[in-house]
Amino acid sequence: MYQYTDKDQTIIDERVTQFRDQTERFLKGEIPEDKYRALRLMNGVYVQTHAPLLRVAGPYGLLSSKQVRKLASIARDYDKGFCHFTTRQNIQFNWPALERVPDILEELASVQMHAIQTSGNCLRNTTSDQLAGVCKDEIEDPRPYCEIIRQWTILHPEFAYLPRKFKIAVSGAKLDRAATQFHDIGLHLVENEHGVVGFKVFVGGGLGRTPVIGQMIKPFLEKEHLLSYLEAILRVYNLQGRRDNKYKARIKILVRETGLAEFSKQVDTEWALIKDKLVIPAERITEMCAQFALPAYQSDAAQDTSYAEHVAKDSRFAAWIKHNTAEHKIDGYRAVYISLKAPDSPPGDCTDVQLDAIAGLADEYSFGMVRTTHRQNLVLADIKQADLFVLWQKLESLKLATPNIGKATDMICCPGLDYCSLALAGSIGVAKEINEALDSIDYVHDLGEIKINISGCMNGCAHQSVGHIGILGVDKKGEEWYQVTLGGSSENDAAIGDRLGPSVSKEEITPVVIKLLEVYLEQRLNEDEAFLATYRRVGMNPFKERVYATN
Amino acid sequence: MQLIKDKQVIQDSWTFIPDEAPLNADFNIVSQTRWRQEGADLINRKGALGLRLESDAIVEEIVADLKHFQLIELHFPIFTDGRAFTHARLLRSRFGFTGDIRVSGDFMRDQVFYLSRVGVSSFVLNDQENALEVIAAMDDFSVVYQESVA
Repeated sequence: MYQYTDKDQTIIDERVTQFRDQTERFLKGEIPEDKYRALRLMNGVYVQTHAPLLRVAGPYGLLSSKQVRKLASIARDYDKGFCHFTTRQNIQFNWPALERVPDILEELASVQMHAIQTSGNCLRNTTSDQLAGVCKDEIEDPRPYCEIIRQWTILHPEFAYLPRKFKIAVSGAKLDRAATQFHDIGLHLVENEHGVVGFKVFVGGGLGRTPVIGQMIKPFLEKEHLLSYLEAILRVYNLQGRRDNKYKARIKILVRETGLAEFSKQVDTEWALIKDKLVIPAERITEMCAQFALPAYQSDAAQDTSYAEHVAKDSRFAAWIKHNTAEHKIDGYRAVYISLKAPDSPPGDCTDVQLDAIAGLADEYSFGMVRTTHRQNLVLADIKQADLFVLWQKLESLKLATPNIGKATDMICCPGLDYCSLALAGSIGVAKEINEALDSIDYVHDLGEIKINISGCMNGCAHQSVGHIGILGVDKKGEEWYQVTLGGSSENDAAIGDRLGPSVSKEEITPVVIKLLEVYLEQRLNEDEAFLATYRRVGMNPFKERVYATN
Repeated sequence: MQLIKDKQVIQDSWTFIPDEAPLNADFNIVSQTRWRQEGADLINRKGALGLRLESDAIVEEIVADLKHFQLIELHFPIFTDGRAFTHARLLRSRFGFTGDIRVSGDFMRDQVFYLSRVGVSSFVLNDQENALEVIAAMDDFSVVYQESVA
């Protein structure tokens, strides 16, 4: 993974000093609330229901074991012994004291981490595919480009006060696991007809109140022009994006109001003026790719026979392999998902003890690296098949091996009313109830691939609008109600879910989800037809009729 | 109002003249509205001329006129309006403006590092700001990732 140079380290160290000064001035009353708010947000500090929330950047989801241990010690020393992994591969602490945030940042800086631009109306953390570099369907590893983008975004002097937040995601594989079409800019590594690899560029996607699927603005962008093209889009957006209404300030609205053709023309006009001044030299790309060189895989890993024996003998291990591991491009290796969706813990949460243990497992079995996923789980990407059985046993003892990746209980869930001051309804509680209702893992496995996403308000942090089943908390005369959508997807077949019908009460929401799952089981052609495919084939009616049937 | 120019606290010799008021100083800053209406007269007048751009200005519209101005003032209606950052950068690096680019209005000390980087050379301070601390903040970071004009 990328190792900081002296320059990288200096920048984050100086940022700690700067933020410490800003916070001290605020606490002394020298900075007004509204101004400090913008400054703290650009350093990932929200003020929430109980305490400030600190969001730490997880650059394109890649963490070293040393960094994971640091997260554990911060959770222990500054928080209540846990942290939360977010849908943008970041890490959140829910209970730090504001005056201690600068100390936390200093701790983070000691392991090459920071919280720069994890919130606020600026260029945010760049996200990517959790299987980058190891998946079989990859055109090229996206991480070197993510790091090039990360450096370009950090403290960009011109784009620090944008109309609204701005998110970039990069995917290097055929299957989009990074929800790139729901980002302000989505980049797909593609190969053109001459065998040259570059980027297909999408613009104007986003979730939140007005979910929009990104539109393709450039079918092929040469790698060396990546930054100049991004800069051209950002310059047009910074000048033209709406600043009169924060709900209309995202680039998706600008693209919609301007029209893609005209917007694209403006970007190209700007791009032509800067293209040759901002070329990424080929050597820089080569050097950056070297930072993400493949680890030292064992060439005889596939010769192990114990793995096949364990799979044959132990059905629980076999189920975990089937549901929680993914194919690896190197024979004899698999990528392992660590499920942060155990039935009795809030989705995406991880305790300090678990974090320390995960760091140890990463050192022992996976070249000392851990990845975060946008579905709020973790990945150990390089596990030899001979190690899978013992790793599974260890993860089980840590409650990190619930075999539910991509299944009904692998829900994306925001902090909701329990923590968030914006929330209108609880979400963790709904996830817990659904988990309790789906207490048979065989039933969960029978339901197959299904993504249930739950947000406590229409800001949509848990991406409910792209859930196969989306659940959105709304306020109805002071009570928590839930709006349900079906058929969303954040993958290549990107779609925004359709509304099931009128919202349902807190008491009804779990029974409604169970009914939807029953309808699916009745309607599917066979076990290979997943929920989304069935929904697309049969449409809304069978689901709607069952849920709103009057007896 | 204190003024910082090229990292020094200096006496401000410029005055912004509201549209309805007569030009009475040697160093006058006028609005874009006034420039559009009275441009020819303003050029023939003695004394130095500056132009104030509001955040919704289109910099390209004044490129041909830049030779008439010794100063461009970028006015922040509110510190979150980041268009001035692009305006400064375009004026400096694309349109080659070599005069003073100053910022006024609701910007804050914590933005002067960025503003210096995009080509702003002078800063009209709010009364609350400590000038020496603002000057120090221009060097909050000793290294940077991106190319910029300064």
